[in-house]
Amino acid sequence: MWTCSQPIVQRRQLVMGQKCPPGAMVHAFLIHTLRAPQAQDTGLCRVLYSCVFGAENSPDDPRPHGAERDRLLRKEQILAVARQVESMCRLQQQASGRTLMDLQPQSSDEPVPLHEAPLGAFRLAAGDPFQEPRTVVWLGVLSLGFALVLDAHENLLLAEGTLRLLARLLLDHLRLLTPSTNLLLRADRIEGILARFLPHGQLLFLNDQFVQGLEKEFSAAWPR
Amino acid sequence: MDLLQTTLCSPKCPEQLQFLCAAILRERSPADSLSLSWDHVQSSQQLSLVASVLLAQGDKKEEVRSVGQHAFRVLESRQPEGPSLRHLLPVLSKVTHLAPHTLHEDQTNLLSKRLVEWLRYASVQQGVAHTSGGFFSTPRARQPGPVTEVDGAVATDFFTVLSTGQHFTEDQWLNVQAFSMLRAWLVHSGPQGPSAPDAGDRSEPEGSTLSVLSAASTASRLRPPRERLRDKAFEYCQRLVEQSTRRALRRGDADLQKACLVEAVLVLDTLCRQDPSFLYRTLSCLKALHVRLCGDPARARALLPIAQFFLSHGEAAAVDSEAILQHLFTRVPCELFHSPMLAFEFVRFCGDSLPLFGRNLDILKRSFPNLFKLLAWNSPPLTSEFVALLPWLVDASTAVEMLHALLDLPCLTAALDLQLRLSPAASERPLWDTSLRNPSCLEASRDPEFQALLQHLLRAKASGTVQRLAPLHQLLQPMTSCARVVQCAEAVPTLLQAFFSAVSQFADGALTNQLVLVLLERRDSLYQVPQYEARVHRVLSSQLLALCALHPSLVVDLAKELLEFVGSVSSVHSREAMLAAVAWAVGEYLSVSWDRRCTVEQITRFFEALEALLFEVTQSRPSAALPKCPPQVIAVLMTTLTKLASRSQDLIPRVSLFLSKMRTLAQSPAPSPVHGEEDAGAICTRATELLTLLKMPSVAQFVLTPSAEVSEPRYHRDANTALPLALRTVSRLVEKEAGLLPG
Repeated sequence: MWTCSQPIVQRRQLVMGQKCPPGAMVHAFLIHTLRAPQAQDTGLCRVLYSCVFGAENSPDDPRPHGAERDRLLRKEQILAVARQVESMCRLQQQASGRTLMDLQPQSSDEPVPLHEAPLGAFRLAAGDPFQEPRTVVWLGVLSLGFALVLDAHENLLLAEGTLRLLARLLLDHLRLLTPSTNLLLRADRIEGILARFLPHGQLLFLNDQFVQGLEKEFSAAWPR
Repeated sequence: MDLLQTTLCSPKCPEQLQFLCAAILRERSPADSLSLSWDHVQSSQQLSLVASVLLAQGDKKEEVRSVGQHAFRVLESRQPEGPSLRHLLPVLSKVTHLAPHTLHEDQTNLLSKRLVEWLRYASVQQGVAHTSGGFFSTPRARQPGPVTEVDGAVATDFFTVLSTGQHFTEDQWLNVQAFSMLRAWLVHSGPQGPSAPDAGDRSEPEGSTLSVLSAASTASRLRPPRERLRDKAFEYCQRLVEQSTRRALRRGDADLQKACLVEAVLVLDTLCRQDPSFLYRTLSCLKALHVRLCGDPARARALLPIAQFFLSHGEAAAVDSEAILQHLFTRVPCELFHSPMLAFEFVRFCGDSLPLFGRNLDILKRSFPNLFKLLAWNSPPLTSEFVALLPWLVDASTAVEMLHALLDLPCLTAALDLQLRLSPAASERPLWDTSLRNPSCLEASRDPEFQALLQHLLRAKASGTVQRLAPLHQLLQPMTSCARVVQCAEAVPTLLQAFFSAVSQFADGALTNQLVLVLLERRDSLYQVPQYEARVHRVLSSQLLALCALHPSLVVDLAKELLEFVGSVSSVHSREAMLAAVAWAVGEYLSVSWDRRCTVEQITRFFEALEALLFEVTQSRPSAALPKCPPQVIAVLMTTLTKLASRSQDLIPRVSLFLSKMRTLAQSPAPSPVHGEEDAGAICTRATELLTLLKMPSVAQFVLTPSAEVSEPRYHRDANTALPLALRTVSRLVEKEAGLLPG
């Protein structure tokens, strides 16, 4: 039955050598500001919302460190990702000769055409900034960037779909496009959406009907 | 903190408030003062929220283990059809992900059993709507119909993630979640668990024991839960592959089909690793799938996991994966380089599968022109990936061609943009740089002469030949301002560094000579993107020196070409880096001690050429077209002349004369239009030092042409041979001599 020999076992070791098993798990989700590519470099990239699903084990640091330091480290890691996403988005927009404002729909009733929004992915090496190597999938919609930080070997098609879905839901339910919305004060609603569509960072294979069903549930539990 | 915790755990709290408390507690994690207990947790949604807070603590107090244990207790105690197990599964999945070693064997078996039920035996009837009253609710509940496929037809087999309906039952929900966590769970519960990374040796006997067991078991005895899960997972994947042939009515479902295809192949890959008995059935299924996908560019991303599957298992099943790889590397990058996600996944596939290529590594190496297309179009995210990949792509037979290709990478970007504009528009949105409308080169590029060059640039495989693309550089000049071209140009120096560090690992003398010839030839034949030439020259000049250091005899081998280079440099402008490097290399390595074939004539010829060049450079007046020559280059030229003179001592008088002229020129009180004060001072100092050295020819030779032992520390510690000692002696002697002479 066993036709394989030692080399294949070794190869299996090499390919599956990662410490954490793969499997549709998101490490973090964040929303941050995106500045227009042609704008001056005024202001900083701000992280508007971030959620880390479960914590990375703290690095083996012999110095005694408090909880505060771990918390700061996590914030720094997220900010580093946001900055990289911003620069990747800006470079992609410049390269294609478009601006983010091209996405603005004609009237406020039309949905934002998310399939045309800039989307990309890049890899983060181990230690920079997370301990394990990770992949980031990002989506830029007008002045907001959405990003998923994934483990290094993930189903990127699923991640892409989930990210678009989350962006659509957040834009709809939080009415992010109206000028008076303040995202920072509505984090509980974001939590509600994430708890249903990305529970504990699990990417879900949801077909359209499931999405509709979940959305109805959410609207019922969180009236506008 | 306490208030938040109490609110979170209180049973009557509205959902919104619970979420808010959990979010705040998570935001403050890790917190030492946290003391959540499981006693008051009522619903599984609360459990999920409490778990999320605990899991964010960083596992200092074994929180992950406690969450996992509690979650399993709930799982064990509930009926399989109990309400709201939905919130539990993601928690279990996360715990498995974070701390797989905290789960016991029987817990693993329990979850495997449940997953089997949910995956395979979920209801095929649609759920009932949860309407609670309303004015027109009928007294008789409407019978829900069967679930449908994504194309609207009635479902033909068991329920999967690609089955749809108006409402869903609880077990259908669990089906979706079960599949979502399936791959991770299989890996965790397989014979090769992640908690024992060196269990590779133990996995074989363990696996064979399992398969012996399964072979021995009769139909009446239930197979172990893991095996049953694998069987059901296999059936599920096959069903997904079949369902993906249907034409989805909604766009979201079509996207999901693609994601499911990829996941199905990945799960099948995992299954075959754990139990090779699946291999033969999987191979036929995947071969058919591959044929179907080859003709469908929208699903090209699914070809990558299939290729990886054949690379991992092809050998075991005696299947030749070559055809699949050929198709993948030849067709896909040509047609789909403009998709950033495909490009990223493709390159990641190459990087991850490197150990698996084996005999097929040649296909990868020969396809570098196609891979460079992905890089040229999407340089910012892919540059670091390619820096890691280049050592595997570089090969002695293709190194020269690859160097040319790297130097022409921005030109390739422009050519790809042009190709997109010229091809019949297949998509609604333009893929090229829309800020540049109708560049003038569009029409001109249809000329057959340029077509031939363009075809060479856009080739899919290494051709073994090199073509001079200078006409193409001129043609594509209007596109040098494209942002994409500029981004690519910025990435090239990094890639060149990576290339050279890879090549120097194995390059022999002949290959090094060829590479240096390329450097010399291409120095003024680069695509004129702003600042590109300067940056590339910097890299090339430092690499030239590195190559010379590796194979010093190349200076003698290529004496003719180097001489030509020195002689042909009519203006030093924009060639400074290369010129300085060549001059330095000549000065260091053109001597008998490095290569016995070095003759006096060669030294003299180089001397004359360099002397003429230095004369021209210092005599000519700077103008707008010819800015002044940097003092570093002048210093290098002077030093080289001195070095050569020290080896062929007839030249010493000429050099001394020249140097004193230089010194006079630099010291001249009139404000020199050629050099600033500091620069002039530096040149003067250097000229004086060299002149002093030349007054004692044997010492000059010793200082300027040290033997190979100079790299040994003994050379410098030994009081009789140390260089500083010698220099001090010389200066003192010369000063004394100068003091003895009158005036």
